[in-house]
Amino acid sequence: MQNAPAVAVYDLSKVFSSGPTQVTALERITFEAAPGEMVLLMGPSGSGKTTLLSILGCILRPTQGRVVVKGEETAGLPEKGLCRVRLRHIGFVFQNYNLFPTLRAVENVMVALDLKGAPKHAAREQSLAALAAVGLSDKAQVLPENLSGGQKQRLAIARALAGDPEIILADEPTAALDSSNGRNIMELLRTLATQRGRCVVIVTHDNRILEFGDRIVLIEDGKIKPK
Amino acid sequence: MTLTIAIRNLLHDRVRLAVTLTGVVFAVVLIAVQLGLFVGFTRATSCVIDNTDADIWIAAKGVRNFDVSSPMRERKLYQVLSVPGVARAEKCIVQFSNWKKPGGGLESIEIVGYDLASGLGGPWRLVEGRLDLLSQADTVVADRFYFSKLGIQELGQEVEIRDRRARVVAVTDGIRSFTTSPYIFTSFSNALRYTSLESDQMSYILVRAAAGVSAETLRSAIAAHVDAVDVFTKEQFSLMTQWYWMFTTGAGLALLIAALLGLVVGMVVVAQTLYATTMDHIAEFGTLRAMGAPNSYIYRIIIDQALISAVIGYSLGICVSLFIVRYSEKGGASILLPWQIAASLFVLTVAMCVCAALISINKVMRIDPAMVFKGR
Repeated sequence: MQNAPAVAVYDLSKVFSSGPTQVTALERITFEAAPGEMVLLMGPSGSGKTTLLSILGCILRPTQGRVVVKGEETAGLPEKGLCRVRLRHIGFVFQNYNLFPTLRAVENVMVALDLKGAPKHAAREQSLAALAAVGLSDKAQVLPENLSGGQKQRLAIARALAGDPEIILADEPTAALDSSNGRNIMELLRTLATQRGRCVVIVTHDNRILEFGDRIVLIEDGKIKPK
Repeated sequence: MTLTIAIRNLLHDRVRLAVTLTGVVFAVVLIAVQLGLFVGFTRATSCVIDNTDADIWIAAKGVRNFDVSSPMRERKLYQVLSVPGVARAEKCIVQFSNWKKPGGGLESIEIVGYDLASGLGGPWRLVEGRLDLLSQADTVVADRFYFSKLGIQELGQEVEIRDRRARVVAVTDGIRSFTTSPYIFTSFSNALRYTSLESDQMSYILVRAAAGVSAETLRSAIAAHVDAVDVFTKEQFSLMTQWYWMFTTGAGLALLIAALLGLVVGMVVVAQTLYATTMDHIAEFGTLRAMGAPNSYIYRIIIDQALISAVIGYSLGICVSLFIVRYSEKGGASILLPWQIAASLFVLTVAMCVCAALISINKVMRIDPAMVFKGR
């Protein structure tokens, strides 16, 4: 049975304006990603991959077209509504981890749960479980500066997983990692998709991780390139 | 969690935290000292009025403050005594005079001559000697604080006031004059000799109301019955004197402007350092926004940072201020810090820090959450 898409865009365009200058970043894109699917968005720099990821994540608004997240049309939502959708359905993993340097590992994860209104004790328990899931149980009280690159990215994934979002959006999650750590991270994300039915969309330049994707979407000049 | 993030953000750069706290402490101390001086001076201007158990003060027409008044003739006293509701009315002299120090040199003083029987207008805070000795000729009471200024070595010392002999028979502690001229208390009859007033003249008539008669009612009755005088309740005369010295002369305004300056400087320092702290953590605020944090969550972090700075800064500042207040008791300036001012200052400090945080909030609210992705 074909699943309903976890996240989708239809006939989507994005134009950035700066004074009289207009740059078309995405042009009439249609794209769907289903629960349990891992999609790799690839393409040269400036092709529009990250812009598409930002729109999928309700961080950027499209110039035209539809965006549907878990069945909800988001393109016309006010900022508050977009925040709600991000908080409820989406977990982010960033290339540079974007951890909170002054918080310990467990607290970094707790922030995501605190945002969702989880009580402190429950947030701590769930955060420790999330750290265990990414193999960082022994690093719970460590500050990010004392973690290796791979550990930081695993911590970022643990934070993205906190609150159990249906959609994980990752921006170059292996770019700052060596091949071994990169592979570990991809295996972790692959497990999330396969075993926990999460929709994982990854923007990447990294050819080493192609084998992990269910599907590869190539973007060039703001358009999806036919296979 | 917002409180934890706020604390960690502040502690992350301890030098900057120290600068923030220094700004708050500076503002608190400056405001506390200036307001304390204002209160100290204000109370000093009207201390004789406030410590005299008279309901009504009567002066010649046109008086603007306690220290400077035109003389009245004694018949005014009898007119006042004839007003229904007056239980007691006594004469009082307040006039500047000259004090010749034992070792040579003149000092300006302010003679306060009062009726010994009623005690209206008399000294308080007696620490040495006896007030009943003022019934003797040429006897005065001086405050210990001015001993050095007046060249007094000990109780019983003889000096000259307006070329007449005077002997210090009692000492008070803590009666300070707002002007540079110390108050010298003496009997009404002695005061006539130490001033330029004639024997049937006086500066004020001090009135006690009969039981059940309100001060305001009596004031109206006396004003209607006695001509060419100004009649005040104790509170009115006190306030008028305070207002005259603090605002007509500009002294109070200068103190209040200095306090305001402290507030502005403190706010600028705190705003600048809080802003810098916020900019240091701008990427994290961007991440929070990308994660879906509502504006209120981010406001709370920044406001918490401001409140923490306010509470710690205020605590340190008020300790320094209390030390200065205590030290000032021995110095020339009387600084008073009543709990109402200390409490108000806490509210002001919190408001100052929160206002300073608004600039940071404005900056954070302009963050594009897309900054979390590379290339955006």
